[in-house]
Amino acid sequence: MSGQATTPLTLSACGVAVWRGDRCLCRDLSFELHAGEALHVQGSNGAGKTSLIRVLAGLGRCDVGEVLWQGESLRRSGATYRAAIGYLGHSNGVKLGLSPRENLAAAGALRHAPASADIDSTLAQMNLYAYADMPCGVLSMGQRRRAALARLLLARVPLWFLDEPLASLDIAGAGLLNEMLNRHLSTGGLAVFATHQPLQLTSSSVQTLTLDRPT
Amino acid sequence: MNIAALVQRDLRLAYRRRGELATPVIFFIIVTALFPLAVGSEPALLRRLAPGVIWVAALLASLIGQDSLFKSDYEDGSLEQTLLSPAPLEGLVLLRVFTHWLVTGLPLVILAVLLALMLGYPTGAMGVLVLGLLLGTPVLSFLGAIGASLTVGLRRSGMLLPILVLPLTVPVLIFGAAAGERAALGEPAAAPVYFLAAMLVLAVTLAPFAIAGGLRISLES
Amino acid sequence: MFVWFHKLASPPYFYRLAERIAPWFGWLSLIVMLAGLYGGLWLAPPDYQQGDGFRIMYVHVPSAWMSLFIYVVMAVAAAIGLIWRMKLAHAVSAAAAPLGASFTFLALATGSLWGKPMWGTYWVWDARLTSELVLLFLYLGYLALNHAFEDQRTGDRASAILALVGIVNVPIIHYSVKWWNTLHQGPTVFFGARADIPPSMYIPLFIMIIGFMLYFAAFILKRLQVEVLQRERHTAWVRELVERS
Repeated sequence: MSGQATTPLTLSACGVAVWRGDRCLCRDLSFELHAGEALHVQGSNGAGKTSLIRVLAGLGRCDVGEVLWQGESLRRSGATYRAAIGYLGHSNGVKLGLSPRENLAAAGALRHAPASADIDSTLAQMNLYAYADMPCGVLSMGQRRRAALARLLLARVPLWFLDEPLASLDIAGAGLLNEMLNRHLSTGGLAVFATHQPLQLTSSSVQTLTLDRPT
Repeated sequence: MNIAALVQRDLRLAYRRRGELATPVIFFIIVTALFPLAVGSEPALLRRLAPGVIWVAALLASLIGQDSLFKSDYEDGSLEQTLLSPAPLEGLVLLRVFTHWLVTGLPLVILAVLLALMLGYPTGAMGVLVLGLLLGTPVLSFLGAIGASLTVGLRRSGMLLPILVLPLTVPVLIFGAAAGERAALGEPAAAPVYFLAAMLVLAVTLAPFAIAGGLRISLES
Repeated sequence: MFVWFHKLASPPYFYRLAERIAPWFGWLSLIVMLAGLYGGLWLAPPDYQQGDGFRIMYVHVPSAWMSLFIYVVMAVAAAIGLIWRMKLAHAVSAAAAPLGASFTFLALATGSLWGKPMWGTYWVWDARLTSELVLLFLYLGYLALNHAFEDQRTGDRASAILALVGIVNVPIIHYSVKWWNTLHQGPTVFFGARADIPPSMYIPLFIMIIGFMLYFAAFILKRLQVEVLQRERHTAWVRELVERS
């Protein structure tokens, strides 16, 4: 997927606990995810799926246990880790005042800037090409979500975090996401996702992690 | 990290919601206009009060603009993306505060010239007043940004922000107003101007760390 | 030393330790303060300018000293909490802030009472009083931020940053206000500048400062116990403690 394909990519968690406020949502979570594998985080509403994904992405605080990327703790890997991940949360991270094209260019400015041909082809892939120069504020929720997916694709990172990626996508959009994810995994990418709707993944190595409320 | 593209993005966004940016400027004008109505229109009194009035009004106006600094980025999820980008967050917030000052602070400085003239401030001293504002308002922006980073996740941040930030702005107010006042009296004003410059250096070097830390904490929960 | 530090950071251990030593500090501070008051109110001679009016100094000066001292304690604890992620350190900051605000208020109140006989008015924009007033605002800002968050831990960390920004600012504020005061020729008649104070006047002052420090130690230990209980209310040891009593 990226230039790091020579080293085996591994994301692992070791005894991680997830908190919301002073309540412990789940404790002692451990898993190991290798290149080409996906982790499906399951659980009822309020079980802590979002909190867990935020902890894994390095947004949430991890007081207990450790998350490791390439065997190195997130506390130390910092910018190298952030260069390797893409995150799609509940909010799209798309500026409504900018067009999809401007949004992608601005996101690219934070990383290696993508070529404009790349932006065009990704927008076309997401069926957004006709709307490329309209402000995102006039686009539908599903189209904004597609713009966010385009950003994820353009970042060309090996590890994806998808929190309810299907939210507000139509059937065609869900199909696009499915296809995107399959291609990502088959080219050696990793993904952690939480979703209530089923995804058809061709990859045989999909782990599931079910969060239960601790009693 | 492409600095020009990031500045361009912020300026473009600012241009598209320019109505919002006008609010602090209008506020600045109105507050300044209230003073003659409150204390009377005697020219000698107004001339004496001018630097203080301009500085207090500019301070409040720049604080009003700071609340929106990270708010929309927080609400639409752009802030998460910024924090997760490999670019150093301290550098990004430095850029952001600078562009925000360009679109909110700089108009205040330019407008201050006009308002100072309306209050009868001597034209010969205008250079020092403007220099003081040019050095001092970025410091106010940095202090306001610290407050904004700490309160961005709160719903009622509008009232909290001034309470946190105003006490910190006391030295800027003192030196800024003093520079203007001394220049108006024809006294040397180099000392307060140097103090303002020193505070700007301090703010540029230290504040980005506090702002970045504040944003990380605000996004943790 | 480090092991002891670690042990101290454990809430149940700290809670029991505080339970034991807080009363000692309390009684000691009472004795020291009574001694200081006796020295200040009876043994010290009346001032040749101010008569007996200056005796309010024995409350005012220690309060002003405590207001700054507690802010430093708060900022140091905040830094420890942020860097080593020590929960107890954040509790120290949160417990110290209301105490610091109260001492600042006391310093302001006694300062303005002292001002009446000296300046003929309750409030003068004197450099020290003005700095003290700004310090009170800093404390209030800290308290407001600390209580604004639903999640106590986020509130702790956010207000810790504010305390650190504040401690960098406190000297700048202090000197800027002093400079401002000389610029505007305000009255500065506090008598700290005079060199001819007899020992019978200043020794009680030091005793009072020590008494205030001991009082602070006793009080913060008690407040910390409350903070620890509240922060650890979901843990087994707190439940056990509550059930036993």
